[in-house]
Amino acid sequence: MEGVLHQIVSGIATGGIYASIALALVMIFLATHHINFAQGEMAMFSTYIALTLLQLGLPYWAAFLATLVFSFVMGVILQRILLEPLANAPVLASVGAFLGLLLIFNNVAGWLFSYTLKPFPSPFGVGDPMFGGMFSRHELGSTVVTMAVLLSVWAFFRFTRLGLAMRGAAYNPVSSRLVGVPVGRMLALGWGLAAGIGAIAGMMVAPVVFLDPNMMGGVLLYAFAGALLGGITSPLGAVVGGVMMGVIENLAGAYVVGTELKLTTALVIIVLVLVVKPSGLFGKALASRV
Amino acid sequence: MADTITEKPILEVRGLHAGYGQVKVLHGMDFVVNTGGVTALLGANGAGKTTTLRAISGMVRTTGDILYDGERINALSTEAIAAMRVGHVPDGRGTFMELTVEENLKLGGYTRRDDTAADLERICTYFPKLKQRFRQQAGTLSGGEQQMLAIGRALMIKPRLLLLDEPSFGLAPLIVREIFEIMRQIIISERTSILLVEQNASLALTIADMAYLLETGRIVMSGPADEIRRDESLRRSYLGY
Repeated sequence: MEGVLHQIVSGIATGGIYASIALALVMIFLATHHINFAQGEMAMFSTYIALTLLQLGLPYWAAFLATLVFSFVMGVILQRILLEPLANAPVLASVGAFLGLLLIFNNVAGWLFSYTLKPFPSPFGVGDPMFGGMFSRHELGSTVVTMAVLLSVWAFFRFTRLGLAMRGAAYNPVSSRLVGVPVGRMLALGWGLAAGIGAIAGMMVAPVVFLDPNMMGGVLLYAFAGALLGGITSPLGAVVGGVMMGVIENLAGAYVVGTELKLTTALVIIVLVLVVKPSGLFGKALASRV
Repeated sequence: MADTITEKPILEVRGLHAGYGQVKVLHGMDFVVNTGGVTALLGANGAGKTTTLRAISGMVRTTGDILYDGERINALSTEAIAAMRVGHVPDGRGTFMELTVEENLKLGGYTRRDDTAADLERICTYFPKLKQRFRQQAGTLSGGEQQMLAIGRALMIKPRLLLLDEPSFGLAPLIVREIFEIMRQIIISERTSILLVEQNASLALTIADMAYLLETGRIVMSGPADEIRRDESLRRSYLGY
């Protein structure tokens, strides 16, 4: 029984990371109706930037903040120069661009930082497991960080004028322009935010899985499964789905399929959701004119 | 009101051409909206009424001149024109379905730097039904309520010029009457200049002071609203009532 509990608790810790990436995916999806396949690789790249800054001797939280700023700017620039021109392009063009981004980030990271696994420090220290072995220090710390991020993102969208304008721009760009919202700028801001959230997820997961250019491949799959499970149109669903995926992954890995086949649970969930309830737990059914 | 009408017009349109890609919809339109007045643009389906409003709001490519308060705004973006306090109640109402009624109205005041709370309160006095559904998702509103919300949202911008695209569209006659009654109050107390586009000419002529008749992208008739209303042969041949 204690074993199960432990699996659930540590599942919630990784689930928080999936939830962050899932939220980033949903934010982009709501605004553009596309899945940014490069979201994970962008996060990985940001994590390398953080590592570089740490190696240059910056204190952890300074490097953390600088990485956030870097990622935000990177997201904004990507939207402005790459995605903006594709705004009215056919779906396949966008998918191609996203896949291209994925490959570019992956290979540039490998080229700049090499493909060898690198340890990434945790700001919470190693230390003994806490609460009777339930939580490692890093698990506890990263859960607190990811939950704080998710909460502040929620508060930003819910309570600020800018957050409201960004939601409006995502849901109804035409009406947004008519009330004076600069929609393009809002989309760029959304990309920046999503990249920042991803960067935090990357920095939180790297101490657990080690840093290498393929670090986020699995994470992106779990996050995508989580986003679908919660409903791809629902930010709340993304968070709930992401955390659920962390727990499901751990339990399935420990008791059902074994660690080698863990990743298949993500694929099974993706297929199941798409077959049984494509709108997910909290999402809205999408209809489109063809 | 009579003396304000003699001021320079808030909107002056000269030789306006516009369309979508290869399809030309407007073929050289000339009209004015007097400051403080209500101008109606009447015409059948496909005459170019909606396109005219879209042209003013910078949503379609245009040639010719659109002068707003004496300034040519053709090349400006839609959001820049909105920021100059042009309120636009779009065709299809443009509701933010996923947002609440309150958020829809607040978004209407996005361009404003001053406090909008008092205006929110005042606008709700025109539309008590919206006040009742303040925290409800706007997508759950009826068509009439969404039309009220669209008007309220455009009023939040504190418009100097209000563009109204067929407020009667798809609504039951009783609701249409209610909305026009509210618009009458708004015209009296908000003192904003209005360009009203309507298929329902008889209704539009009751609140307009000037009217233009649009046929396939050209103005074919214009005059004071009550004159047009009284001219039976004109009404029969052009307005069909």
